[in-house]
Amino acid sequence: MIQPRVAVLRFPGSNDDRDAVWALGALGADARLVWHAEEELPEGTAAVVLPGGFSYGDYLRCGALARSANVMDAVRAFAADGGPVLGICNGFQILCEAGLLPGVLRRNRDLEFVCRDVAVRVERAGTLLTSRCADGQLLTIPVKHGEGCWYADEELVEELEAAGQIVLRYAEDCNGSVRDVAGVCNETGNVFGLMPHPEHAVDPLLGPADGALLLAALVDAARERALAAA
Amino acid sequence: MLVRPKAGILDPEGEAVRGSLRKLGFGVGGARVGRLVDLEVDAATPQEARAQVERMCQQLLANPLVESFEIEIEGDAA
Repeated sequence: MIQPRVAVLRFPGSNDDRDAVWALGALGADARLVWHAEEELPEGTAAVVLPGGFSYGDYLRCGALARSANVMDAVRAFAADGGPVLGICNGFQILCEAGLLPGVLRRNRDLEFVCRDVAVRVERAGTLLTSRCADGQLLTIPVKHGEGCWYADEELVEELEAAGQIVLRYAEDCNGSVRDVAGVCNETGNVFGLMPHPEHAVDPLLGPADGALLLAALVDAARERALAAA
Repeated sequence: MLVRPKAGILDPEGEAVRGSLRKLGFGVGGARVGRLVDLEVDAATPQEARAQVERMCQQLLANPLVESFEIEIEGDAA
């Protein structure tokens, strides 16, 4: 079976980049770190992951400054071409700020940094991130963030609900997110963002391994894209 | 330019500041925490400077989903 190439972006202040590379590698991908100043993604890139961390020190707003990184132009082009893109935690914040995903991540309602395993419900199975899950399936995945309170106004949330763009929802109150949204996708269903960290929940030795369901699905999608291109 | 959370949007930071001020004995009804960005802009006229800063706000300095901004132009430094 081919190992599809997955680019894991590294911004100054990213800190889950190596975990993401490890997890994707364990799930059969050829994961490569890509520095933010690069103008292009590695040849044959079949999926892109924006990892967690504190890119550019979270200055201005979380994720805001990363939108103008060189590599983001390549990511925009890759996404526009239908390539699978996943933002985790700070990566989710970056994709929202870059306008590739709807909404914005704000300070947690209770000003608390939440760092624990949470139950997350799959609201929409069958997307390229949830193709290994069933509708309504509960996943246990850790969160660790201070600015994970997803916000969109009433009108936008209704649109997203109707379009099936709310992919994951917390099954418990986590951070004050509007309608407990934990993960969303774009209109075309190839760009995803979520606050929980699937890359920290891959090896059962370290606790829950439900994150592997999501990342393995991403690797499946990358493999499909790599095969289609071959 | 001045950025602040839009009216009607929960501002947990402002709430925490209000709580602390009340604890110190100040009768504060509400607090909103924003951000001040001082910019030096090359522009021929104040109108042009304002237009530039407005674009900066829309593209980067504020997130229009949750923040509003105000621009104040100060005299001609050059």
